[in-house]
Amino acid sequence: MEFTSFLWLTFGVFVTLCTMSFLYKDNPFYKFAEHLVVGVSAGYFVIILWHQGLVPKLFQRLEDGDWYFGYLNSSHWEYMIPAILGCLMWARFSKNYSWLSRWPMALYIGISAGLAIPLEMSNKVNKQLHAMMVEIDWANFFGHDGFNLLDVTSGFSQVLIMVGTISAIVYFFFSKEHTGVFGRVATFGIWILMIGFGASFGFTVMARISLFINRLQDTFDWGGVAFDSTNQHYSGMFPAIFWALILFMIGYVVYEIVTYLKQRSVTTQ
Amino acid sequence: MRRQIPFGLVFIFGIFMVFQFFVPHEKSEWVYEFLLDWIIVIGIFALALGIWSLFKVSVEKIKQGKEGGNYSYITLVGLYMMMAFGFTQQTGDGWGLYFLWIMLCSACIVSLMRLRASTDSGKKRMWALASGGLLVAAVLVAIFDDAWAFFLYTPEGLENSMFEIFFDHIMMPILATMFSLLAFYIASAAYRAFRARNVLASLLLLAALLVMSRFNPFIPGAEYVANASNWLMNVPNLAAQRAIVIGIGLGIVGTALKIILGIERGYMGRG
Repeated sequence: MEFTSFLWLTFGVFVTLCTMSFLYKDNPFYKFAEHLVVGVSAGYFVIILWHQGLVPKLFQRLEDGDWYFGYLNSSHWEYMIPAILGCLMWARFSKNYSWLSRWPMALYIGISAGLAIPLEMSNKVNKQLHAMMVEIDWANFFGHDGFNLLDVTSGFSQVLIMVGTISAIVYFFFSKEHTGVFGRVATFGIWILMIGFGASFGFTVMARISLFINRLQDTFDWGGVAFDSTNQHYSGMFPAIFWALILFMIGYVVYEIVTYLKQRSVTTQ
Repeated sequence: MRRQIPFGLVFIFGIFMVFQFFVPHEKSEWVYEFLLDWIIVIGIFALALGIWSLFKVSVEKIKQGKEGGNYSYITLVGLYMMMAFGFTQQTGDGWGLYFLWIMLCSACIVSLMRLRASTDSGKKRMWALASGGLLVAAVLVAIFDDAWAFFLYTPEGLENSMFEIFFDHIMMPILATMFSLLAFYIASAAYRAFRARNVLASLLLLAALLVMSRFNPFIPGAEYVANASNWLMNVPNLAAQRAIVIGIGLGIVGTALKIILGIERGYMGRG
């Protein structure tokens, strides 16, 4: 690894530690990392949307036209309409003409809302209902290899999925009072929902912890690179940078402890 | 007029998009693709509003002398640098005066922010001069340096090594660490939420513990726990998620209908 690559690796570790420092309290290093990532992420998405959205969807289609004709001589002149409507969005900058920005907004919302109705019905509602309506495997109701309730493809699991889904939907139905049989079904529904929320929670925690382990691994790997004498570009600068960052961190911790002790002595006096 | 035309547009395009879904004709599909491209283009144009808003909010923070206002410089310089890297690429082996150009433009952004944030006319003149000077210098460097070039209509900028470095060594580490920190906050929230006060809280606790122990090989009966966790994820959790997804789908359809029929008008704003 070359020295410049190592410097960038060090910066990556530095911003990682800056972000982790929020576990102690909000501090200038965390604020630095937070503001930096806001700007860099915004810039990143501008570039991605430009190169992967605007260029192929608009500029490449209009490239056979001429700017002095307003691209109206292009074979895809109709794409000038969304471009003009997009520019109308900028009317928001003006107090007098901001109402013009409602036209592209209305178009956007109208098309999106119209698209959402059949697509959501098809993808979310119909497909889920279709997946639920399976033929129950009565022959292997309690499992394929003997009695095994933890068999996810057994008839018991299929029935539980169906009953659980219907019960959970019943719980969300508030137009009828949850009493009697309806209330009992709704209660079973909330049990299923709570198990689902617990499982999703556990899954999320595991995902976050694996991310945290990954960040720690990257930090330890950086330490390994700093002292890797088999690296053909290795020089004394590698460990020097490593120790500089470590000393910097220790210095900040000492500063925080001293500040804390000073504040405590002032409050006790 | 200012409100009726937009409502009419929402109604016409909304109804049209619903019906075209059921027309399996190539012209209908062409219109579908065409309108999809429209909303993508309009959406990207709206991005400029977001960038302007970020600039304005950052300048306001400096102007009002709010605590931490100076961090806004970092945000805007970071934004500018990422955009500059994404639109440029080296044309030969070396970088020439590229990094000088980046520095000049960054300094220009900072002085423009100072210019907008200043209230004193003398300071305003000074920052206007500084911004102008830096801009002229940056333009001259861009014109006379052949080591790099702008690529606005071709994606060379995405392969700029600095663009990749900023993504790999700034954006990804910070975002990954921010997400990973949530594990600690979730854990503290869990302590409060998971106390087994009743049957429902106990079910939540048990399900979460089982799923979290799934990959732990050291607990007794690890294989059984893994099977139970797998069943939990694929049976009761699937039932719950399916019910939620069906509910969300119906909710979206209901909201879309309200928008198309003009019952929901909040998106239009005032005036």
